[in-house]
Formats: sequence, C-alpha cells, structure tokens
Amino acid sequence: MTAPSIATAAPARGTSPIAKKPRLRVPHARSVLIFLLPFGVLFALFYLLPIGYAVYQSLLVVERDGTFGPPVEVFGGLTQYIAVFQNEAFWSSVGRVLAFGIVQVPVMLGVALVLALLLDSPLVKGKKFFRLAYFVPYAVPGVIAAIMWGYLYSPNLSPFSALTSEVSFLSPDFVLWSIANVVTWVYVGYNMLIIYSSLLSIPGEIYEAAKLDGASQLQIALRIKIPLVVPAITLTAIFSIIGTLQLLAEPQVFRSFTSSVSSTFTPNMAVYATSAVPNVNLAAAMSVVLALATFAMSFAFLKFTQRKAEK
Amino acid sequence: MSATLSAPARRGDEDGTPDASRSGRKPRAPREKLMSRTAAMIVMVVSCFYFLLPVWWLFVSSTKSREQFGSTNGFLLADFNLFQNIGDLFAYNDGIYLRWMLNSVLYAGAGALIGTLISAMAGYALAKYRFPGRELVFNVVLGGVLVPATALALPLFLIFSQVGATNTFWSVFLPSLVNPFGVYLARIYASASVPDELLEASRLDGSGEVRTFFTIARKLMTPALVTIFLFQFVAIWNNFFLPLIMLRDESLFPVTLGLYTWNSQVNQIPEIRTYVIIGAFVSIIPLVIAFLSLQRFWQSGLGSGSVK
Repeated sequence: MTAPSIATAAPARGTSPIAKKPRLRVPHARSVLIFLLPFGVLFALFYLLPIGYAVYQSLLVVERDGTFGPPVEVFGGLTQYIAVFQNEAFWSSVGRVLAFGIVQVPVMLGVALVLALLLDSPLVKGKKFFRLAYFVPYAVPGVIAAIMWGYLYSPNLSPFSALTSEVSFLSPDFVLWSIANVVTWVYVGYNMLIIYSSLLSIPGEIYEAAKLDGASQLQIALRIKIPLVVPAITLTAIFSIIGTLQLLAEPQVFRSFTSSVSSTFTPNMAVYATSAVPNVNLAAAMSVVLALATFAMSFAFLKFTQRKAEK
Repeated sequence: MSATLSAPARRGDEDGTPDASRSGRKPRAPREKLMSRTAAMIVMVVSCFYFLLPVWWLFVSSTKSREQFGSTNGFLLADFNLFQNIGDLFAYNDGIYLRWMLNSVLYAGAGALIGTLISAMAGYALAKYRFPGRELVFNVVLGGVLVPATALALPLFLIFSQVGATNTFWSVFLPSLVNPFGVYLARIYASASVPDELLEASRLDGSGEVRTFFTIARKLMTPALVTIFLFQFVAIWNNFFLPLIMLRDESLFPVTLGLYTWNSQVNQIPEIRTYVIIGAFVSIIPLVIAFLSLQRFWQSGLGSGSVK
C-alpha cells in the first residue's frame, strides 16, 4: 500500500522533473471513482448547480417592451444586488436574526456547556435519564415545536394562562425572544450531547492527577475540561450561526398565532415572500447574499477560534 | 502516559496528608460536597422540567376531548380519549394525515439510507485512497457544509421548474440525499477506525476494493454510519423550506408541512385544532423511538465530528 501511494503522491504535487517515468497510475482508480461518483454527481446537481444557477438568475432583470409588452429577461449586471442593498425589509430581517444570534447562541451554548459539565461531574446521579430527557426536544421538528409553544404562549389556551394573560409573549416587542426560547428548547440537548461526548473522550488520568493535587470539581471544569472541549464548542457554534441565519420554520408557524411576525421577519422568509411576488431574480440575489454572509461568518468564526487556540 | 502522570501525583498526596492546611480542610469537605451535590441536582431537575413539560402538555392535550382541552388544567389528565382522538385524526379528510406520515417516512427513511451509503462511500474513498485532487474534493465538500441548505431551496425550485419537475416526490427526495457533513464525518471516522493493514490483508486475499468496503469497512464504520443516518433522517424529517417551496399537492406533503397548513387554517376551521395537537403528538413518536432504540450507536458516534 505504502510504496505505490508514495509514488502517486509526487505527480499530484506538481509535474516537476521527478516525473521521468512514463505515467504513474493512481492505484485502484476505478474503485475510487465508483466510491466518489454517486455523491459527486448528486453534489454537483443539487449543490453546485443551484449555487451557480442562483448567481446566474440574480444577474438578470425583467424588462417589458412598453407597458403591455411580453416580459423579457435580460442581463442586468448587479442591478438586483443594488436592489437587495436598498431593500429595507431585507436588512431589518438581517438585523433581527443578528440580534437573535448574538443573544440566543451564547445562551444556548452556555446552558449546553453547563449541563454537559454537570453530567460529566461526579456530583450528579441518574445521568442516563437526564441525558435522554434533555435530548427529547431534538426529536421534535421545528414546525411542531413552534406549534406547541404557540399554544403554550397563547393568552387563553396556555396552561400557564396566569402568566401568559399578564405577559404578552406574542407581542411585537417580545415575539423574537419567544421564538428564541423555542429554538433553545429544541437544540440545547443536541449541543449538550456533542460537548458531553467530547468530554467523555478526555482520558481519566488527567483528572486523577488534578484531583490529587487538590483541585476542586469547579477548578477541574474551568481549567481542564473547558479548554479541552473548545473544538466541540466551536463546531456547535458554527452550526448554531448557520441555523440562526436560516431561521424560517418557527417564525413562519408563529404567523398563525400572532400578527407580530411579518412576512419578511427573517431573511429566508423575505426570500420566500419575494419569490412569491413573484420577483425571482431579486429573491435569487437575496439567497446569494444570505449564503455568502453565512459562509463568511462561519468561516471567520472558525479562523478566529483557530488563531485564538494557537496563541 | 498514565504512569508518568499519576505516579508523582500520588506521592504528592502522601506528602500532603500530614500537612496542617490540608487536614484542616478535611472536616469541611463533606458538607461542601453535599451542598454542591444538591445545587447540581437542582439545576438538573429544573432543566428536566423545562425540557419535558411541553412534551407532557402535548401528550395530556392529545388525550382530551375537544371540550376538555379548553376547560381543564393543561398538565393534568382528564378523561382518556387518546385512542378515539387518534382514530378521528386518521379518519379526517380521507386519512390525509396517514398519507403525510407515510410520505415523511419515505422522504426521511429512504433518503437517509441512500444518503448515508453515498456519504460513507465518498468519505471512505477520501480517507483511504490517495489520488490527485483529493484535498480539493474534500475542501469543496467541506465548503458545502457551510452553505445553508435553505439558501439552496429557491434555486432548486427554479431548476426543477425549468424541467417541469416541481410538485413531485423527486423534487424533495433527490436534493435531500446530499449530506456534505456526512462525508466529513465518514472520512474522519474511516481514517481513525479502518486500519490500512486490514485493507492490505483483504487485498492479498483477493477481495476487490468495493467488496472490501461493503464487507469489512462498513462493519468497522457502523457507529459513524448510524450517526450519519440518524442525523440525516432528522434533517429530512424536519425539513420545511424545500417542501414548502416545491410542493402544491397536499398528498405529497411531509407531516411537518401538513400540520403547518392545518395550523394556519385553525382560525377558519376551529375543529381542526384538535387534529393539529394530536397530529403533532403522533408525529414525534417515531423519532423518539428511533433515538431511544439506537442510542448506543449515535452517542458514541456523535463526538467524532469535533475530533480533529
């Protein structure tokens, strides 16, 4: 295995003078192709092609010959992007999910981290039960969770009506945070499990040494455990950032409980509402902006934490 | 590693026992421990209520008749009408609810099964073979992890409408098969758990590469495969934007989209509210069962994503 693979590694790096031999064959090229082809084809068709097509559509504008002429799509350069940047509804939806993310993601990951550390500490009994109990909401789809909480928030149908008739959880000022609670409820257990399984992979001897040195459980958690699970927290943070910018199902469901959620409440809802107008080209430009922003933010976050870890 | 670390530590402890400062702390320790134990358990139990009460409420509500839903305490059982309610739900509108459940099982079950297989094959190839462009392929796939799936929903709709295939089963099913994160997980897991020596040995035994994957590597990768399957299953089951944008025909809806449309009709058709609640309860049962029965697999596989 090793001998032929080293030989093939060379031409891959560059066709430098070393490549004197006629042509080096990749070992098992056919099998590699068989393994990669199904995913590759589907990835190209349903990932790369849509991205390309969205970019293409976003560069078109619809023009008419006079007022009653047939609509024609013509190349419009960055016209749609200018329209996106001037679209106030879109930007207020972006502002809304950013505010949402800045508050909800740290709260959710903080709770997940605390619960994971408690589960991993010797202080807690019945770990297996708690672990499963916390994970149950993850099995509830966002749409269903939003329907459930919609009833729990409602002023007259809620079992907490003593509270919900006083505090209006569905008012325009409050509804964003009511949605944040739904998202937190669903995902805390999932994130907790990712962090917890990363805690389990830390070898026990490390704690033994610290314990015998007189470190308390809190010190062990702060000084040893948290630094070692930073990669897991980074992973959950990236997924949470992506999820936040994609927010759609929960607010869309809340529209049937309250009028405080507009049809352009989040960027994805704005895309949906715009495509239904129909203004497909503008919606495509919004999709591209949103995808780029998501990509950039999670990439920047990844680089930022990597640099911090190197220091 | 363990020997070098624990030996000096143990010695330090023996030295420390007669030390005044340590022996002075000793009697206080049990009470402190009891306090932090109690505090920890309080946090755990309170969180437990937060996570489980809404589900309990949903269960209790689906056992109640329409009249009792509004008039009795939401957390306490009244007359137990669960099975009659489920019967009504399944009969409503020519059994459209069962159709939705079946659709969801098909989209998510078959989609995750095929999706896991192709992710595993791709991840395995990226882990175990050297070929030109391997890193490039992997980086493109990794970039795919960071592209939000909902950003693809609209362009996918546009493409499918170009070929006249919107509002079909395939328009939701095919895009769901692609799971770049699954490839990433499979690659990490394959390079950690499938030893090269084993592949070499099976090559000497005359086994073809593809056969080796299906007989040997697949078994070694099982925890990762179950994890990929389960999370792709959940992702497809929960998917909302793609079916929302693709489907018009009610009989193709997954259960999430179906319940969403019912819920938005509650103001016009008030009796539908009961069906929304019972339908929501019934729809989460399959996932809860799947997670509970497969937990020994996914709990071990879940951590592998963050290991570098």
